[in-house]
Amino acid sequence: MGIEKSVKRLDAQQKVTGTAKYVEDLIPVGALYTKVVHSTIANGLVTAIDTSEAEKMPGVELIITCFDVPGTEYVTAGHPLSLDPNHADTKDKLILSRRVLYYGDDVAAVVADTPLHAQLAAEKVKVTYEEYPPMLRPEDAINSGCVMHEFRPTNELARMDFSISPEGDVSWYTGAFSTDDRIAGREDLCGERYRVPAVHACHIENNTCFAYMEGRRMVVYSCNQVPHTLRRNIAEALEMPVGDVRVVKPFIGGGFGNKQDTMYEPLVALASRRLGGRCVAIVLTREETFVNTRTRHGFDMTIAASADAQGNLTRRGIRINSNGGAYAAHTHAVAAYAVTSNFQTYRATEVQVGESSTAYTNLPSAAAMRGYGIPQLNFAMESQMEDVARANGWDPVQFRLQNINEAGFVDPFDKFTVTTCGLRQCIERGVEISDWYRKRAEYDAFNRTSPHLKKGLGMALFSYKIGVYPLQLENGSCRIVMNEDGSAQIQVGCTELGQGSDTVMCQIVSQVTSIPESKLSVCSCQDTDVTPYDNGAYASRQTYISGRGVKLAAEKLYETIVRHAAGVYGLPEKELSLKDEKIMQGDREVCTIAQLCTHMNFVNDQKTATDHITAEATYTAQNICLAYGVSIMDVEVDVPLGKVRIKKVYSLQDSGRILNPQLAKGQMQGGIAMGIGYALGEQMQYDAKTGRPLNNNLLDYKVPTCMDIPDMEIEFVQTYEESGPFGAKGLAEPPLIPQASAIRNAILHATGVGLHELPMNPQRLVHAFREAGLIES
Amino acid sequence: MIKVIHCTVNGMPKEIAVDEQESLTDMLRQRLGLTSVKKGCEAGECGACTVLIDGVAKNSCIYLAVWADGHEIITVEGIRGKNGLLHPVQQAFVDEAAIQCGFCTPGLVLTGVELVNSGKKYTREELREKISGHLCRCTGYENILNALEKVVGIHS
Amino acid sequence: MYDILETFRANSVQEALTLLQAHPGAVVVCGGTDVMIHMKERKLRQATLISIMEVPELQGIRLDGNGDLLIGPGTCFDAIYTDPLARRCVPMLADACNQVGSPQIRHVATIGGNLCNGAVSADSVPSLLALDAELTLTSLQGERVVRAVDFHTGPGQTVLQKDRELLTCIRIRRAAYENHGGMYIKFGQRNAMEISTLGCAVNCAMAPDGTIADFAIAFGVAAPRPIRCPASERMMIGSHPTHALLKKLRRQALSETTPRDSWRASLELRQQLICELAERAARSAIEQAGGTIDD
Repeated sequence: MGIEKSVKRLDAQQKVTGTAKYVEDLIPVGALYTKVVHSTIANGLVTAIDTSEAEKMPGVELIITCFDVPGTEYVTAGHPLSLDPNHADTKDKLILSRRVLYYGDDVAAVVADTPLHAQLAAEKVKVTYEEYPPMLRPEDAINSGCVMHEFRPTNELARMDFSISPEGDVSWYTGAFSTDDRIAGREDLCGERYRVPAVHACHIENNTCFAYMEGRRMVVYSCNQVPHTLRRNIAEALEMPVGDVRVVKPFIGGGFGNKQDTMYEPLVALASRRLGGRCVAIVLTREETFVNTRTRHGFDMTIAASADAQGNLTRRGIRINSNGGAYAAHTHAVAAYAVTSNFQTYRATEVQVGESSTAYTNLPSAAAMRGYGIPQLNFAMESQMEDVARANGWDPVQFRLQNINEAGFVDPFDKFTVTTCGLRQCIERGVEISDWYRKRAEYDAFNRTSPHLKKGLGMALFSYKIGVYPLQLENGSCRIVMNEDGSAQIQVGCTELGQGSDTVMCQIVSQVTSIPESKLSVCSCQDTDVTPYDNGAYASRQTYISGRGVKLAAEKLYETIVRHAAGVYGLPEKELSLKDEKIMQGDREVCTIAQLCTHMNFVNDQKTATDHITAEATYTAQNICLAYGVSIMDVEVDVPLGKVRIKKVYSLQDSGRILNPQLAKGQMQGGIAMGIGYALGEQMQYDAKTGRPLNNNLLDYKVPTCMDIPDMEIEFVQTYEESGPFGAKGLAEPPLIPQASAIRNAILHATGVGLHELPMNPQRLVHAFREAGLIES
Repeated sequence: MIKVIHCTVNGMPKEIAVDEQESLTDMLRQRLGLTSVKKGCEAGECGACTVLIDGVAKNSCIYLAVWADGHEIITVEGIRGKNGLLHPVQQAFVDEAAIQCGFCTPGLVLTGVELVNSGKKYTREELREKISGHLCRCTGYENILNALEKVVGIHS
Repeated sequence: MYDILETFRANSVQEALTLLQAHPGAVVVCGGTDVMIHMKERKLRQATLISIMEVPELQGIRLDGNGDLLIGPGTCFDAIYTDPLARRCVPMLADACNQVGSPQIRHVATIGGNLCNGAVSADSVPSLLALDAELTLTSLQGERVVRAVDFHTGPGQTVLQKDRELLTCIRIRRAAYENHGGMYIKFGQRNAMEISTLGCAVNCAMAPDGTIADFAIAFGVAAPRPIRCPASERMMIGSHPTHALLKKLRRQALSETTPRDSWRASLELRQQLICELAERAARSAIEQAGGTIDD
């Protein structure tokens, strides 16, 4: 088969029959279970823990408290190691916390024979606190004097501020935290404020892991997207050599970035070590998964844009105040991604200023989630583009087309040049298939006579950087092991978590070697003892980066097979090629790959050195690309109820060449649905006084159901990206990005009311419609 | 306390000693090794633990094992043909790429089987309602609906 | 694993009442979709559960000799929604039963459980109030009948004596449903898997002269307990249905409710929903009862 074909998922059969094993399915009989004692305050200090009653409870094997954990602060971010201290991740986490930093922080843990025994005993652990006022917003925390982490006495974790000259030179400076409307204090950058809340990935599999020891070595099973990085983080937390830790990643029930970070793996590993290597597991409840893993950062954004009379953007500025939560996790990387993306998408001829801050606050830690800061930014950026066009009476489509950066754009920060950009075609094709101009006019007419039901069509576009080069190393390795029958196993460190990467990796190998996917398999259960190094699944990098590693390995395999065939048959190597699983000399079949492999494996004729054919390669990225796309939302608004019904969504994306159309479309559909959730309902809610989470369950946190998602029309604008395998770019995160903005702009078209805050749920809409006089109070 | 219950699981009569504290999810996963029954919320809000009890889709996480006494339980392990062939719902899920991470899949397949067994045909809107008790975070539901339409859709 | 001490399964009302007497503090389960959550949330600990899910006397829907509709409290929502008798006599209630939670929940959760749990958001309750349902509460000492409208006393609180009584029958009088039109509107943020933010049920009948002969309006989540709005009802009965009257109903209904401000919904949203749902439910019920709404 090969690329550009809708090859069925490799794991479909296992998943549809329920035989695919996830972490919890693999917990050995006899394993002990952990229950964490979570703090019931958001900010304070544990002064004492009394475990005496808990210890008497049935089944209890071990209680660990925050007074009793290794003193090495470690990194939890799922990033590759950065040897540059300026880009190194923050070490600010202990396995259990004496200094309590959010409501639900981990202060002790009980290990018992059953989950229920662990829970009942955990309830008997008595914790005494010294309590400080919760600081839930950056403006509450920064310079409050109540220090959360000693190395950051201001509670401002990091800043990144810059201006870009018209020539594209970036000047860096360190600004000051601010929430007023003048960006960088400039009168000419007076901005509008947009706010987005923390949201959760809500993968259906809760975070789960277990650990046991084999001799001196620690074996950890976890549903983690970046097994090789997790191995390093565990080693650091437990003060163990990296080589003594083995991480195994079975099937993952969704991750979306939230399973990129190190969670409770160090805790269960520590417990196992304290219990002589016995197996210790933790299965988070849904309520814990919401609070004790990671969230998408809440952003408070101020954004400014002005244009000349011809509609060319002249001045643009943005300030992002990002709410990082209790621990650094990804430090400032998410806000930095967002603030720079603003200037990758649109240009401005005179002034471009970006300021960004990430604060420590007393909320659950924020980190990676599908789109990595760009969905937040996009809500401000694309709302504002719409508003500027509307205020000036310009066509919002033309206004966008006039100001986008396209191929040839040199990124001012990382200095790479964009070589492929299908954004213009995405917009033009979107306008065509949505019947944009006719429908907009039709809806305008309809809305004039319909006070309660309003119709609207809205648009938003985006650009998204694939991979993290050159900020961090981008590499991926692959090993291919041939069998004597001409089939092969592919070992990759990159992780399948539902997105279909294993299948695409097979297609790439098939394309290069002519071996069909039916004879290829991927070791989907990554095991750091077996699979070669890879940074893991994030930044939409699997096909784009790891796929290049797989392609390199496949090319090496091709060469090795041909070289051996040349040797065995005494033929000139350069005349040989692979076709239909055969070694060919021109049109003449020399032998099958299977025959050659059998020969190489088993021949014993005194002159031939046997070789079990394998190939291994590592790709190191020296380039980067941007994916692009546009979403057009067709909505109806029931004004008195504040309820939005999406009739149809049109989503178009340039992800380069599409290697598996069916799976690619599936990624689009899932991203759109998640974007709709972000737009209309999802938010993490906390009690303003105590910081206690309010809606950490799947009834009160509004993940869209099947009845909340519309039919979708999806198209790819296929460019050929030289830096990707077979022209491919990244795909999976981007479709989420523009949905909330497109819905917001459609509501604006329908009602004349432009929202400035997510989610646009009935409550927010009813309040806004009342203010605008659409609903009588 | 341990109680002995009698029920049929995937067509096989079973006599099982269960703890009164166990949910049906616990019993199926831990006592019978039927790990297709997934735990996503243990509150009846996500549908990952759905099994058929007397042919009807129910959340096994908020159903006690002792309540299964005298009833017939079907999990995804029990719906394949005798020759190992996939059930038509399973095959449609494979063909339509209705599977991504796979965690919600077994539950959804069972709701699909319930619909097949009803002998009725459904519109796309009806199907939306029928599967609204299953949260899927990967697919946006589109391909799941396509798969079910193939098997029990009004035009199938 | 749940924090349970002991479980019992009753096969008759008599057996259930005897078990209840023998096990003080035991909790009756009829579906369990709420009780299990209470255990998970640790609001209920060390539980003794008496399941009445398979008590035959509590199942099913039938007509009494006088035409009253009798609903067994152990009937699950899906069974009510699909029951031909319920669909014919009380379509409003049948449709309300289809708006509870999710299909899997509706296959298990029962109307009796929904009532006895006492939740102000219970989806079947506004319709039962608007239909003026009567509830039979049975103990070993005998029976008593209470009107649904008097059943709830506060959030999670009812007049049911949980240590000795069972809800054994829900009666909807023929006069309350015959020639009536009804409409229940649930408002939730999502279109499925929702707890009601606000629910409004209207049950009404028209007189031959086109005026409103009977009108009942009930709300869930508009007060600390599910309520009827008697002044609104008095205002509507005998009136000619007009748009102006429906506008008046909005204000009148609002004045009879006491919605609260919470993190699930602001006071402002709930007030708007009370007005809007009252008008929409009334309009639809009037039209279903054969009435026309004039300018």
